[in-house]
Amino acid sequence: MAEELYKKLGINDFEYSQIKKRLKREPNELEIYLFSAMWSEHCGYKHSKRYLKKLPTTKAVCPQENSGGIKTGSHIIFFKAESHNHPSAVEPFQGAATGIGGIIRDILAVGARPIALLNSLKFGLLTEKRSKYLLDGVVRGISAYGNCIGVPNIGGETNFHECYSSSPIVNVMAAGIVNQNDIKKSSAEKGGIVILLGSYTGRDGIHGASFASKELEDNKEDKLSVQIADPFMKKNVIEASLEILKLKGIISCQDCGAAGLLSSTSEMAYKGNCGIELYLDKVHLRENNMRPWEIMLSESQERMVFIAEPQYINQISKIAEKYNLPISVIGKTTNDKRYKLFLNKKKEADLPHDILNDCITYKLKAIKPDYIEQYKNKKIQETDLKKEDIIKLLKDSNIASKKYIYSQYDYTVGNRTVSRPEKTSCNALWIKEENKFIAFTIDSKPEQTFLNPEKGSIDTVYEASRNLIASGFKPLGITDCLNFGNPEKSDTAYQFINSIKGITKACKKLNIPVVSGNVSFYNENDTSGILPTVTIGMIGESNTNILKNTLKADDYIYLIGKDITDKSNTGGSLYLKIFYDFTGGNVDSIDYKLEEKLSRFILKNKDNLTSCNDVSQGGLFTALFEILYSAKCGFEGNIINIKNAKKALFGEITGRYIISTRNDFKNILRKNNIPYRLLGRCHKNKFKFDYFSFNIKELFDIYENSFKSECEN
Amino acid sequence: MKAAIVVFPGTNCEKDTFEACRYFGLETEYIWHNETNLKKYDFIFLPGGFSYGDYIHSGRLAKFSPVMQGIKEFICHKRGIVIGICNGFQILCESKILPGALTINISNRFICDDIPIYMGEKEITLPVAHKEGRYIFDKSTQISNLIFLKYKKNINGSMLDIAGLYDRQKRVIAMMPHPERAIFKETGSKDGCEIFNFIIKEL
Repeated sequence: MAEELYKKLGINDFEYSQIKKRLKREPNELEIYLFSAMWSEHCGYKHSKRYLKKLPTTKAVCPQENSGGIKTGSHIIFFKAESHNHPSAVEPFQGAATGIGGIIRDILAVGARPIALLNSLKFGLLTEKRSKYLLDGVVRGISAYGNCIGVPNIGGETNFHECYSSSPIVNVMAAGIVNQNDIKKSSAEKGGIVILLGSYTGRDGIHGASFASKELEDNKEDKLSVQIADPFMKKNVIEASLEILKLKGIISCQDCGAAGLLSSTSEMAYKGNCGIELYLDKVHLRENNMRPWEIMLSESQERMVFIAEPQYINQISKIAEKYNLPISVIGKTTNDKRYKLFLNKKKEADLPHDILNDCITYKLKAIKPDYIEQYKNKKIQETDLKKEDIIKLLKDSNIASKKYIYSQYDYTVGNRTVSRPEKTSCNALWIKEENKFIAFTIDSKPEQTFLNPEKGSIDTVYEASRNLIASGFKPLGITDCLNFGNPEKSDTAYQFINSIKGITKACKKLNIPVVSGNVSFYNENDTSGILPTVTIGMIGESNTNILKNTLKADDYIYLIGKDITDKSNTGGSLYLKIFYDFTGGNVDSIDYKLEEKLSRFILKNKDNLTSCNDVSQGGLFTALFEILYSAKCGFEGNIINIKNAKKALFGEITGRYIISTRNDFKNILRKNNIPYRLLGRCHKNKFKFDYFSFNIKELFDIYENSFKSECEN
Repeated sequence: MKAAIVVFPGTNCEKDTFEACRYFGLETEYIWHNETNLKKYDFIFLPGGFSYGDYIHSGRLAKFSPVMQGIKEFICHKRGIVIGICNGFQILCESKILPGALTINISNRFICDDIPIYMGEKEITLPVAHKEGRYIFDKSTQISNLIFLKYKKNINGSMLDIAGLYDRQKRVIAMMPHPERAIFKETGSKDGCEIFNFIIKEL
């Protein structure tokens, strides 16, 4: 009986024997359900925990909380990225919307007001109907939810690769601000009452964390394990929670995310090393006859849990009433370190909180996959560059303007947004509280990470930092969202462990911490898996406003940093995929000293730059084109410096930026020992380089509209 | 001069509007949607957002809030000026305080952008962010002398390119663009000041 149940719920024999050993008895049925959720990959991080510990957290504020932060003046900027891949594949609108809902709650739980959203989306190629459907649903979901709660969606990236066609990636990032004295932690203390605020608990999303569904099938109910979003309710929960958290008597706060009420309350007890008693008959329910395990595992959205001193209940209830939010006192904290559940006074579960929370962890069996050497040595016979190739690249869904997407997101609500999407290398918010600016970016380089997990991950972190530096910001910290296949496979294990190694190395070199993160495994099906997708969200700081693009005719345009040669390692470059459907070659190595020199130089001289852009996906040509498009300017000069023109224009290597200046800058560049090459001058309406000449308006038009027509086609 | 910013459940531009009002020296307060006594104010702002989640239709539920009765009396007694921005415009139309209706954009999508707008002869650029911003009216309505703002390029299918309206007495003024998001140099544009200056000084 028990065996059948625990297996159905995804607990294996070894784990079950461990549970029994630690408990010194058999768990009852409800307890098996509780373990199945708390010991799931999603809640327990059992395959990743021991590796994530290696990530540097020096200077991070509360890295152990729902989200971590960075101090700026007397305020803390909390931020975190999270995946909502699986729900979005099943139901793109609700999946993406509840992804936003979830990440917002992680910010709210530490007492911070959410001020920004970003996202990193990946789909299969748009030639597939399903990819278009998923893209449309995900974008509408983010739009409907984010816009309604009034948190600006200020940036992101959307990419397309065939590996994501059945496993799309929806990574969302949120940031919030709180005065350093008002941070709320999640550890409970004895003598408090447990309060549940927000939506009625129903049967939606019950299997989000554990995924068994036999019981529902037996009832012949056709219910999705995807949660349902209610952004209006969330907006009220945000405002009510922030008012409640201002009360002195609030001991701690948690959001109900994966494994709902169970994981929120048991973590609070565990972190505070105290006991919790919950009375399930007190929970406000949406449906009748819900069983204890359904109540505990429900992932109904828009719910928050507070532990408060008992005398504050009236004040808390008044706030809930103002926002028309249901509220219940569902339990109390005790000093016996046990997690107890009661239904109508009958004790249904009684577990030591540490056994429930201290899930066993696995050591991964990582073996360097054969493909790594094979792909590294793969070569391609490149062809000559034609004018049509340049058009083809600009039209590619990975390169073309994503205005079609971002114009569906409200990016100006909140009166803090200083730039506009695609106008600068990253976007920033005005932090009025400190009279400062904080910049945000989100990046990933799956092809490079696939070819070389460590190098690719290092470069992902560095690319994020270049995005910030090119807009005049000093990097402060990152959040990581790690999307991989099945970690029990040795290939994936290798990719994962080496990605962690890469992130750690890059962060140490940049002297920035990892403040928060998320791992999503099992992004694969029977026939294919995703490329290892390391998504890095980074924030940076500046006392002055963002470096805006003020490029105009006659400005000098320079490439600074590494220059490409015929021998450069450009493995993972997008152009190889676009023109030859080729993945392979070696990935470029970072020159840390050069990166450091370039970033110092840019930050020091930013007042003299009329624009700056990092050279990344799509290479030098794309970086140049982006600043020209943003300023609606032309160009005249020479870009191609090597025999292989495609590589010169589109090859992706590290450590390079494009800068523009009103005056000749070569003396300053020389004096600072910065490697540079003058590419040419900005032109009012011509677009000419080497042996090519284009109608600039036509090019801008292609760049601006081709993505929209591809989506709507 | 005193301004009130009305907050409904689901309103999300109240802080932005508050800051803009303060910038123009208005003594500004938030009022919760169940307030009915508005006598002490010179300006009542209905800010942007999704009042009541915009369920059924934008502004459809907010019109039943007690504050709307207060606003009708405020207008009736010519106490001051009522300003509706985005969701505020939708609420004013739903309440029949302004003629016509705002329906879903012709693209059937949310639109966020900076848009050139005509304010009389003057051209300014203002942020817009809405999904239900297509202004429509019954052709028998005399609308031409009520137009306050027009889109230079019609983004949402509004009839006569209408982006903002007055009522006949110019005591009520409403618009889809967000002037309160274009007040501070830090956020890139000060064009919204044109609207606030007009409301505060000229009406």
